[in-house]
Amino acid sequence: MDANIERIMRLIGLATGDEKHEPSAFSTLDVLWVLYDRVLRYDAANPRWEGRDRFLLSKGHGPLAFYAILADKGFFPADELRRFMTWEGILGGHPDRNQVPGVEVSTGSLGHGLPMAAGVALALRAKHSDRRVFALVGDGECNEGSIWEAILLAGAKHLSNLSCIVVNNHSSGLDLGDLAAKFAAFGWSAATVNGRDHDAIYAALTHTEQDRPSVVVAQIARAG
Amino acid sequence: MDIKPEKTEVTATTSAIEPAMREQFARTVENMMARDERVALLLAEISVSLFKRALRDFPERVVNVGIMEQTLVSAAAGFALEGFIPVLHSIAPFLVERPFEQIKDDFCYQNLPGNFVSNGASYDYSEEGMTHHGFADVPVLRSLPGMRIVVPGAPAELDTLFRAVYGDGGRTYFRTSVKRNREERPVRFGALDVVREGSRAAVVAVGPMLDATLAAAGDLDVSVLYCTTVAPFDGETLRAHATAGKVALVEPYEAGALVPDVVAALAPRPARVEAIGVPRAVLSRYGTPEQHDEALGLTPSGIRARITRLLDE
Repeated sequence: MDANIERIMRLIGLATGDEKHEPSAFSTLDVLWVLYDRVLRYDAANPRWEGRDRFLLSKGHGPLAFYAILADKGFFPADELRRFMTWEGILGGHPDRNQVPGVEVSTGSLGHGLPMAAGVALALRAKHSDRRVFALVGDGECNEGSIWEAILLAGAKHLSNLSCIVVNNHSSGLDLGDLAAKFAAFGWSAATVNGRDHDAIYAALTHTEQDRPSVVVAQIARAG
Repeated sequence: MDIKPEKTEVTATTSAIEPAMREQFARTVENMMARDERVALLLAEISVSLFKRALRDFPERVVNVGIMEQTLVSAAAGFALEGFIPVLHSIAPFLVERPFEQIKDDFCYQNLPGNFVSNGASYDYSEEGMTHHGFADVPVLRSLPGMRIVVPGAPAELDTLFRAVYGDGGRTYFRTSVKRNREERPVRFGALDVVREGSRAAVVAVGPMLDATLAAAGDLDVSVLYCTTVAPFDGETLRAHATAGKVALVEPYEAGALVPDVVAALAPRPARVEAIGVPRAVLSRYGTPEQHDEALGLTPSGIRARITRLLDE
């Protein structure tokens, strides 16, 4: 295993609590690492820096990998992970933007983050900013109608500054078929990659097109 | 969703000179967009034709998302995250009840600013039936912590109240209606307006119910307090005018939304409250708004009967 991933795994191990959503946390681990280590522009000392790229954890569930990577990158002390989901802590079972440095949106109820990301992308366009917006959704979350509203809107508005990452760990009870093809039919540039292959993830996340949003479907073997 | 977004509402009580409340909303927002670059307008097909100028002058700050109200609200939250002051608009049930969780989570939980402006209040779209009625909007939104609710009774009041609070970082619902009072009042955000004073009861008329309430009160010895800010409610003014412990609420939406505020304002004294408004029922008839008013007793004579009953107890 990659030494970085091993380190993040140890940070995740600091967390306590009864409900850690482990399969969900680990399914996002590699994608989030590549995103924060090689793709996103940010300043951990100034999390709301205007020049940052925006990352929205749409699905909200299983935020441990997200928290661990934010801690590793210096957004907050790693010791905070020991208070995961406790009364004294700031790291809840779903992230809260008003408590956790580096968290852009408070999510948990599925289907909210990608539509908000579409709004952020439109707002950045209105500000003439060249920053990018990334939203991570789960395959189960793709059952939500609002996700497809946002996919339709982003395609129709040619939001080339928006990238969606679907972490597909086959948690959806419904057969979603070919997700990349579905996004493509809504006007997106779409790629499917192995969700553990860092170079493939990097190549897909850095691919942008002039006039349409892009999606990376990161395939992960079903847990258990 | 079968809607008639471009319907022009004109009633017997609408002034021929002034714009209707929704048209005033468009004028006000266009004016604010020209003055304040933070203002962004998000639409979901409804009323798009009213904003031709804004669409032309501020194409990046006016977004018609199409017929998707959940994303209307979430995308507006996205604008708020980037420092804009979003103004969202649709017909009341589609702006409030359909995307309620988006308002709760994306705006209230995240503590983001937003101005939610509806049309189609209560049964303004009387001919369209129950799906287009919006009389639960106020009680539904009242359940959200910090959500402010403004119910103007005249177009100029909407303009005054919108300008007062649109940019202060809070979340405010503005309820525009076809129904209106003949004359505008000098309203202030968060304050009850004492229209007349009496001793036997306080009658609180909300927004467009003022004219009918004044006609109903007639020669009765009651105070009439005009309410255009439903939340936060001005309990202090009510307490000063409800010394007899009797309060009649005349609300244009579901009856009784303000009862907890009235009880809290009069505490520890007991309050006898007569809650006049739209009943919690399926209204299955069509016709005109006036026919609904008549059927529900929301006419001067119907309101007077309820106030008289309260006084006679």
